Order: sequence, then C-alpha cells, then structure tokens
Amino acid sequence: MTDRQFSATAANSGNSADGFRVQLGGNKPLRLDSEAELGPFAMAYQTYGTLNQDKSNAILVCHALTGDQFILGPHPVSGRSGWWEHMVGPGKTLDTARYYVICANVLGGCMGTVGPQDINPQTGASYGLDFPVITIKDMVEAQAMLLDYLEIDQLFSVIGGSMGGMQVLQWAVSYPERCFTAVPIAAAARHSAQNIAFHEVGRQAIMADPEWSEGGYLVGDTFPVRGLAVARMAGHITYLSEAALHRKFGRELQDRAEVSYGFDADFQVESYLRHQGISFVERFDANSYLYITRAMDYFDLAAEHGGVLANAFQDVETRFCIISITSDWLYPTSESREVVRALNAVAANVSFVEIVSDKGHDAFLLDEPTMFDTLGGFLNGAAKLRGLDLT
Amino acid sequence: MASRNSPGWTKRPDLTLIAEMVEPGTRVLDVGCGDGLLLELLTEEKGVDGRGVEISQEGVSACVSRGLSVIQGNAETDLYDYPDGAFDYAILGLTLPALHQPREILLELLRVGRRAIVSIPNSGFWRHRLHLLIEGRIPDMGAHAEGWYDTPNLHPCTIRDFVMLCRTLGIVIERRVQLDSRGRATRFHGTGAFANLFGEQAVFLLSKKNN
Repeated sequence: MTDRQFSATAANSGNSADGFRVQLGGNKPLRLDSEAELGPFAMAYQTYGTLNQDKSNAILVCHALTGDQFILGPHPVSGRSGWWEHMVGPGKTLDTARYYVICANVLGGCMGTVGPQDINPQTGASYGLDFPVITIKDMVEAQAMLLDYLEIDQLFSVIGGSMGGMQVLQWAVSYPERCFTAVPIAAAARHSAQNIAFHEVGRQAIMADPEWSEGGYLVGDTFPVRGLAVARMAGHITYLSEAALHRKFGRELQDRAEVSYGFDADFQVESYLRHQGISFVERFDANSYLYITRAMDYFDLAAEHGGVLANAFQDVETRFCIISITSDWLYPTSESREVVRALNAVAANVSFVEIVSDKGHDAFLLDEPTMFDTLGGFLNGAAKLRGLDLT
Repeated sequence: MASRNSPGWTKRPDLTLIAEMVEPGTRVLDVGCGDGLLLELLTEEKGVDGRGVEISQEGVSACVSRGLSVIQGNAETDLYDYPDGAFDYAILGLTLPALHQPREILLELLRVGRRAIVSIPNSGFWRHRLHLLIEGRIPDMGAHAEGWYDTPNLHPCTIRDFVMLCRTLGIVIERRVQLDSRGRATRFHGTGAFANLFGEQAVFLLSKKNN
C-alpha cells in the first residue's frame, strides 16, 4: 500500500504544493465528545489565495466524507484534478483573487491529519481501532484550533457540501461569532435512519473483509481492498440520482454485444461502479472510512439543545445561505428546510434556495451555474456588509 | 441599484405606494418578493432589515445574488415558522387572491408583522364589471392567463370585500390608497363605493385592533 503511505509523507513534507501540516494541541489537548483526549496531533491543510491585512477575507471550506484538503489539483496521490475546481479558483465563485480559502483534512482522515492509520504514541504501532471515535463537533474543534494557529479570529465564510455542510452548521452553532456567513450545501442537521443504514452497509462490507483483520490490517501489511471498494460502490450510488445513472449508462453493455450469462461486469454501470471502488481504495484508508461515517451518523444538532433545533441557533448573528438540490435523495430538500425553519423560528438571517438539477447529491460538486450565481451573489452582498475591498 | 424607472417598477405601481408606507430602519418581510425589486429599494433607500419569501427558484436566486436574504418557500406553509412580531411590516403584494387560504394568511401577516401592507387587484373595478356584464365572461384582471381555467386568482375579491373581511377579523385599516388604471393614486375615499368602482388596485396598511 505504498500509495497510501505516500499520502501521509506528501503532506508531511511541508512543501506548499503538497499542503501544509501543523502539530496542534501540544499545550492543551483536544478533548473529544467521547471524553478521550488527543494531542499533540497533526493537521494537514491547504490554502489558496492571500490573506488580507486585517484577516477578514478567509473562507474555510469543509470537505465531505471522501474528500480532502486538495480542493484544486493535481491531487498528490491520484494526480487528478481537485474536488471543487468548479467552485474555487481565480475568477470562480470562491475567487482566490479575493478570498483566502483554507481547507483542512478532517480529524480521522487519511491525508495527513491524524487518523486511525497513524502511529499511536502510546503503543508505537498504528492506532487501528484504538483511535478514539470522533464526531462532527470534534472535527470543528480541531479546525478552530487550526484557525487559532493561523491567528484568524473570524471567517468571512464557512462553506461545505454534504458532511462539509454538517461541519458548517456545527461551526455556526459552536462559534457563531467566528462565522460572518455560513453556507451549508446539500446537508442536514442530523443523520436520518436511511443515512445511517447506508453507512452501516459500507462499514459491514469493510469489516466482513478478512483482510480488515479487526482493524489491524496495517500491522500485517494487508488491506481490505474488496471491503472498502464495495463500501465505496454502495456509497456512490447514493450520491447519484436514478435519472443521472440512467442518462449515463442506461442498460448499455460494457465492451460486448450481448450479455455473457455470467457475473462479469456485463453492464456499463457495473463496470463504472467497480472502477469507482478500485480507484477509491488507492487513496482512502478503510478505518478512516469507518470513523468518518460514524461521526456523520452521530451528528444530530438538535439533540444537544433539548431536541429543538431552533434552540441551537438562538442569538446566532451569522448570515446563512442554505442550498439544497432537487434530486438529492440522500440529504433531501426537506432536511435543509428543517434548518431554514429553525433559523426562521429565531428570526435569524437566512437565505435558502433549492437548485433544480437531476444529478443527485453530487450535483454540489458539479458545474451548476444557478448554484454559483446564487452563492456568488450572496457572498458579494455579504462582502459589502463586511466592508471587504473586492476590487 | 434599484431604479424606479426600471420596467419592473412601471409594471407595479403598487410597489411605490407600499414603499412609501414603510418607515425607515424597520424590519420587513416581503412575502412573494419575486426578484426582489421592492426589497432592494427598501434596503437601499430606507435602510430596512429586509427578508423575503419567494416560491420560484429563479426569483430567489435573483434576490440572493442581489445580496438580499430570501428563502425559497410557500407563503401558505412557511409563514407559520416565524415567531410573533418578528417584523415591523409583513408585505404581500397583489398575491392575496392567488392564495388557497387568503383569510388565514392575512392573519398570519399580522401575527409575524406588527403591521401588514397588502395590495390587491380589485375585481370591482368598473372595466371588470363591464366586461362581465357585456361579454358575459370572467375578466382576466391583469393575470395574463389563457382563460378562467388557468388564472392564478383563485379568490378574486373587490376592495369592498377586502374591507369587509378586515372588519370581520378585527383588522384596522390605517391607510388605504386606490390606484386607477394608469397606476395613479385616486382621490376616492369615504364610503368606498367610488373607490371600489374606479380603483384598479388598492394598497392597505393594516394593524390589529389591540396594537
């Protein structure tokens, strides 16, 4: 698994092309929701653009489950383009000529921030399942420590889709004074039973792979390739819509004129999913997948506020722009509306738009001009209020 | 920049009257705010803290990209989410007859807003009466519908109908202005019979009795 080892060393090098890496929690460890303590721990991050004099143009982008800090490519492991090139860059909606964009690998991740594949200082071996269970809130706490390190008091915006959007909501609840604006896209304030169910399928696929070795695969130099690939395949289906799958593949056959009467990848959609699974394994750690999906499952913003989501947003002055996608059945519009409803109930400052797209959950990563126009306008309006010089 | 000479404004003379009724520096909710014409003007010229609700994605995107805080939603289901008295004014421009439950929404406007400003197209306007009388057909009332079967105006009402409803609900009409067919404010007040005949639209500033 040299590829995955490369990912950690790449982020380790401190070379800006491969991202930055900092040790946090050295003086005061991060106390996790599970009450375990972590620190000092490594956090890998990437920045784009330039921080202005009064440090008012910083945007924190929170990545999704299988994303990482490399918003723009080339990715140091896969060599491919970044995951949000449509959104971020010079002249794009998150214009790096105006804004200082920060993205950090989440806690529990496998691209340089501490995760289960790292060495446990207490044992000298990889954490594996000894890594503490983390939550979305823990991820946000770690990011807040990074901002302290960068000496940025207030973010102009915190933006993210899917799990990134959950972090955005948690940011606005945990540190409202540090978020001038917050943009959760295709997200929810809690994980539904259906969300948890799909994640459980993925986790069971990993854990049923004998090479997973109860999470200790790194010791034996094995890797649950099949399990993680199946988890990715199942997950990937949930990111797309029926219409998108049909348009892309229909019932077309893969490199053959007729079905084989066997279990090869006869259909293009099978071949596509297998490819998705295999290429994912090259850049992602199986235990990270377990830990991060668990963090998402545990997410329920209302729970710690007496079960009333509106209470979580009491006295929050952050300006929200909430975006959902019509064909997203994983984090459907109804979930975003719950957040809007809660924000309205406390008369918070909120905009909400449902983008018409038949591309499913993943539409937030794609070229969706209405999403860019709406978000761009929202940020421009907020920049004026914040007194940002955007010339 | 909002310009009162833009085509949007000339098409909606009621918006100018609504804007005049809003005190500067207040909190305003514009229900059915369209592309944000009124909200933008109120924000820029009167320094209001404005919010909007709009049903169409195009409208919401236009508003948000103008820097306005607008949510995509349906007045008939989403007003209930706002706390009592969250706004100084709740505005409803020309859409009352298009609602399924105009009476309930009127009350909701006056729950979330300390005052409401409502403009209505007047079904009692002489030209509509004449159209029905002579042609024997339902007037279009400026809805640009293909016919009676696809008009958005589910609950057409006259100025007098509206005044009667306010009386029934204990709503105080603080101000009332009629617009003639050229969009000019008319002089007719008093009992309202002339207003109901010669006003093509009317704008009302409303409050609740116990305010």
